Amino acid sequence: MAEIQIKNVAKAFGSYTALHDINLTIADQEFMVLLGASGCGKTTLLRIVAGLETATTGEVWIGGRRVDHLPPKDRGIAMVFQNYAVFPHLTVFENIGFGLRMKKLPEAEVKRRVERTATLMHIEQLLGRYSGELSGGQRQRVAVARALAMEPDVILMDEPLSNLDALLRLEMRAELKGVLAESKTTAIYVTHDQVEAMSLADRISVMHQGRIVQADKPVAIYRNPAAEFVAGFIGNPPMNFLPADPRGDGKWMVAGQVIDGPTHSGALKFAIRPEDVKLGDHGLPATVRLVEPLGAHLLVTCDVGGTLFRAVLDSDLSLKLGDTLTLTPQGDRQRWFDPATTLAVA
Amino acid sequence: MTPVTTAAPRAATKAPARRVYAASVLLLSVWVLGPIYLLFVNTLSSPEAVNSFPKSFIPQFDLGSLAFFAKFDGMLAALGNSVIVAAMTMVMSIAIGAPAGYALSRFEFRGKELFRLLILLTRAFPLPLLALPLAVLFIRTGLDDTTFGLALVHTTLAIPFAVLITFSLFSGIPIELEEAAWTLGCTRLTAFTKVVLPLILPGITASAIFAFVISWNEVFAAAVLTIENRTLTAFLLQKLGDAPIHLKFAGGFILVTPALIFIFAVRKYLFAMWGIANR
Ligand SMILES: Nc1ncnc2c1ncn2[C@@H]1O[C@H](COP(=O)(O)OP(=O)(O)OP(=O)(O)O)[C@@H](O)[C@H]1O
Ligand SMILES: [Mg+2]
Repeated sequence: MAEIQIKNVAKAFGSYTALHDINLTIADQEFMVLLGASGCGKTTLLRIVAGLETATTGEVWIGGRRVDHLPPKDRGIAMVFQNYAVFPHLTVFENIGFGLRMKKLPEAEVKRRVERTATLMHIEQLLGRYSGELSGGQRQRVAVARALAMEPDVILMDEPLSNLDALLRLEMRAELKGVLAESKTTAIYVTHDQVEAMSLADRISVMHQGRIVQADKPVAIYRNPAAEFVAGFIGNPPMNFLPADPRGDGKWMVAGQVIDGPTHSGALKFAIRPEDVKLGDHGLPATVRLVEPLGAHLLVTCDVGGTLFRAVLDSDLSLKLGDTLTLTPQGDRQRWFDPATTLAVA
Repeated sequence: MTPVTTAAPRAATKAPARRVYAASVLLLSVWVLGPIYLLFVNTLSSPEAVNSFPKSFIPQFDLGSLAFFAKFDGMLAALGNSVIVAAMTMVMSIAIGAPAGYALSRFEFRGKELFRLLILLTRAFPLPLLALPLAVLFIRTGLDDTTFGLALVHTTLAIPFAVLITFSLFSGIPIELEEAAWTLGCTRLTAFTKVVLPLILPGITASAIFAFVISWNEVFAAAVLTIENRTLTAFLLQKLGDAPIHLKFAGGFILVTPALIFIFAVRKYLFAMWGIANR
């Protein structure tokens, strides 16, 4: 049982606050992905859980035990570092076996585990090499294998697949997910690749400027972003926003059209994903500005009431610049955000 | 050979700079190696050849002068003292200097830059000024005329270098390597012995040898603070004051050779002291 609880954790480096009041509970055996832009504090949070950085305030609990005063080795964690940290004076075998030998496991068991994890990461033919003789991607896989070999309760991974080519990455992703599920390991996985986050995560925590903006299941994050930032960050292309003026009684004026929405005082923003609009008879009037064929779909950038608006439409359509379209938003996919708080309004 | 013609204009523009460079290297080498070569030639010449004129630049391989030293009274004891003092200096300066170098590279603390500067400034303090008070202090504490007392003084001379060399060695090792070791079950100490130490051992050895050479070459403190237990430098300085010139040459040769060999062995790491990356 290794539930991770992060309670009111904040971290300041001098006058710069890297993390503000983080609260997050990661269930036993859950695969949690931390997703966010560069510099938002993902590594810092991971290092606080690992015990490599001390939180300015707050507590960290792992498996029902408060650990923030414990050194890394007593927390039951293993970590994959963003820059690998493969020991240069040891061979790949010795690197992967390092933690096992520290645990004083019998040599036969060390050998078994090293070979098993090396095979998993497709580096079994490199066991005799030194890190200086490895490529970046190979080094990264050694780092992952070294953490996996520990069979920890909690594994912390900081962009562990960032340096692999697309194909290998896809394969390793599947392997990782399989192994961790099988070994019942709780995982925190840092990435800024949202496709990777979507495909791996049980839950995703979206971070922005030292805060967790939303922590939820991948589909929920995609469908019901809790804040404007999440809506604009997740999805490629991201959600469209249009200003909405109140007409009273839950009616809103969006680009000259009246749309049903929530009851709320003050202005709102209307939001919809590009793939959630259809060509129709009534809806948002749009002028085509750019047409990008993506094979299966057509990505059409339009002008809707003076705002850029992207729509993903059927690739059979023949559109040209300046065409006027009527885009019908799918009713159950419309979202509303309060510009004052940037939060979603139900 | 067509490539030569295309390369020629570039080589031509660089030629003057290269010539200045080559000339400077040559000049410096002659400046350093010339006297050493003369020392070498005269040591291996018979007394007559040393005193005659014109000088020969080819050694005769006459071992008479060196053989004289082998039988010279007190010579072996002085040599022994030199080795003992230098060894103690080596051990103490690393034992004290390496932890300081580690702290400087790994921890943030107030006054860190000032501390680094102060370490260097200790080398600017003239030893002769200290000699008298030190001698008095040593006599009071009973440290006078002991190899240990002298080693203490030499250690203070060697520590700045030990700190700076090890500081740059430790700084060259990414902290993540240690952190990775911590997450893999190491304490700060075991991470140090299993990861950091193997990586810096060659550098530490070099720094130790450098401390050895500093002690080996030091003559002033040795001459002031010891009487019976003289090191080789102090011993030769005293005994050869009015010895014949061929013996002076041989004495100098005996002093210079080990230092030269040691420095040559560790030259790569002396650059590290000034923060110039060596790998
Ligand atoms: N030791 C430190 N001292 C001062 N500031 C730091 C330190 N470590 C991190 N920071 C700052 O804290 C912020 C968060 O850094 P962090 O490394 O956690 O980002 P990240 O989300 O992992 O980014 P990336 O995706 O680029 O790895 C950054 O603005 C960074 O400059
Ligand atoms: Mg990071």
